[in-house]
Amino acid sequence: MDVLGSVFGFIYQCGDAFAFLVLAACGLAVIFGMMGVINLAHGEFIMCGAYVTVNANRAGVPLPLAVLCGALVAGLIGLVVERIVVRQLYERPMDTIVATWGLSLIATQGTLIVLGSSVPGVGVPLGSFTVGHYSYSTYRLVLIVVALAVLAGLYLAFNKTRFGVLARATIQVPHMAEALGVDTKFVYSMTFALGAALAGLTGGLYAPTMTIVPTMGSTFIMEAFVTVVVGGADIFLGTAPAAAVLGIVKAAMTSWQGQLFGQIGLLFAVIIVIRVLPKGISGFILRERS
Amino acid sequence: MRAPGFLRLLEGPQTLGRGPWFWSVAALVLLAALAYPQMADGYTVGNTVYFFTWAFMALGLCLIWGYGGTLSFGQTAFFGLSGYTYGVLTLNFGAAYGFTLISLLASLAVAAAFAAVLGYFLYFGRISGVFLGIVTLSVTLVFERFMAQTAGPEWRIGTARLNGYNGMSGMPPLTVPWFGGDIILFPDVELYYVVLGLLIATYLGLRILVNSKFGNVLVAIRENPERAEMLGYDIRKYQLIAFVIGAALAGLSGTLYTAWGQYITPSSMSITAAALPIVWVAVGGRGDLTATLVGTLTVLAAFQALTIYGSQYALVVMGVLLVATVLIAPEGLIVSLARVFGRRRRGGA
Repeated sequence: MDVLGSVFGFIYQCGDAFAFLVLAACGLAVIFGMMGVINLAHGEFIMCGAYVTVNANRAGVPLPLAVLCGALVAGLIGLVVERIVVRQLYERPMDTIVATWGLSLIATQGTLIVLGSSVPGVGVPLGSFTVGHYSYSTYRLVLIVVALAVLAGLYLAFNKTRFGVLARATIQVPHMAEALGVDTKFVYSMTFALGAALAGLTGGLYAPTMTIVPTMGSTFIMEAFVTVVVGGADIFLGTAPAAAVLGIVKAAMTSWQGQLFGQIGLLFAVIIVIRVLPKGISGFILRERS
Repeated sequence: MRAPGFLRLLEGPQTLGRGPWFWSVAALVLLAALAYPQMADGYTVGNTVYFFTWAFMALGLCLIWGYGGTLSFGQTAFFGLSGYTYGVLTLNFGAAYGFTLISLLASLAVAAAFAAVLGYFLYFGRISGVFLGIVTLSVTLVFERFMAQTAGPEWRIGTARLNGYNGMSGMPPLTVPWFGGDIILFPDVELYYVVLGLLIATYLGLRILVNSKFGNVLVAIRENPERAEMLGYDIRKYQLIAFVIGAALAGLSGTLYTAWGQYITPSSMSITAAALPIVWVAVGGRGDLTATLVGTLTVLAAFQALTIYGSQYALVVMGVLLVATVLIAPEGLIVSLARVFGRRRRGGA
């Protein structure tokens, strides 16, 4: 029983790390896969989702609905940001990154000015359960399920819908897609909004588990960066396997030496991976296949 | 009467500003800078040194980003690493016999060595520019978190406590051994002249570097990596060297900052701190050393003036400035202005 208990504990931790990496990275990965740019304001979309969720929840909206509100608001803001800033910079991916960093500064410090240094959070729902000698949070299990559901949902959206077909066409050869009548600008702006909404969803989901401060986005971005770098440009062949591998690394390092060493482990993993597989796991898989 | 070869490289295709006009203005600015401490009180002069300490990091980033074309978001990691190294060394071994100067060099060497190892994995892994930025930023963030959790007494190197989020303090300022007693460089007129001298040497040295063969190859790589490679240049090597030089300059900023304020904290490596060098270099004009230098000092002065209203307001303005620069004048405000004036003068002549 003792052995089973610790085996369960480790699997739980891996699952938890996997869910965190998938949720932190999926919004970033969607935008990166489509436009080849890294959205440095990603953490601020997460923060936005968390703020909206907490406020909606405290105003009486049930938590699942409040999380969706967070995702929706972040997505709408993403739409606006795309229209005002990102759209002007499609030809200059490097400048897009720099501009989104400026947006991130504005958002973090603006939130600090307007809403103060922290807002009261909401408690972790659903209580806990016990396996062996340890008790585990049920909500974290829900997060694992949600992470899998998000991956499944993205898979369906990109492979089974008309928008998904247009989006994949735009990824592959943008001008050819445009020549065939695809409104690539519309596809880009929808993708950016989708990425922002996914970030907002992540913020909403993790809002009950952490303190709500304007700088909370930076808790997520390092993990998100690392997952996207290791994964490469494809969500299903990249982000998901990357999150699985990195989740094991992170869980092992965390249970051995603590939270921080989990992050240091991730960092070493990513630096070694880019030396061996410069195009990430998805590049490796795609090459193997062809 | 021709100038020696390397001095002729002070002017060249890779730097704006040439001819007697430019150098006369530069000489006037230099004279003003030399005379400045005679007109201001010691405290203000010490404060000005604070601006100068950051300029090295900006010039290094200008070399990596503007000339090399690879975006490094992690300059503050080298800044912090070097600052902490200086602190650990001087707190352990004191300041006697000019040891602070040895610590200064050692801290630069540590930053450069770290950059060489990191850069080897990044450039020789041939990762794209986008990833280079976020990997270096991730390194910075993890380094910050690591230093932030070193509050306990077990985190010590020799007698130097790392002190977690409060940072290290109490390290000695730079000290120059001199006949009849050491000269201690407190943030005052003496330190001002030393840092000003270093800044001028760095600026002129970088001008020579970017107009030399090395700089020309670096710019060729920025313009078209494939073509540069076809012409037989190992682009990874050139970019790595630029990265290491930039890191050493960021380290110089870190050490001078630590020696200036006699403290260093992990927040000097936070994501906000990491964004500021990007703002300075982008706003001034990353493609040119002079524009970067002038832009950095201007933006820093504006930032400090705004901080009176609260640093969060100043940071919002920095963010707006960065977004506006990228949208309106992607080459940087000063470079764009210089081009407008240059065109007008040529049009008039």
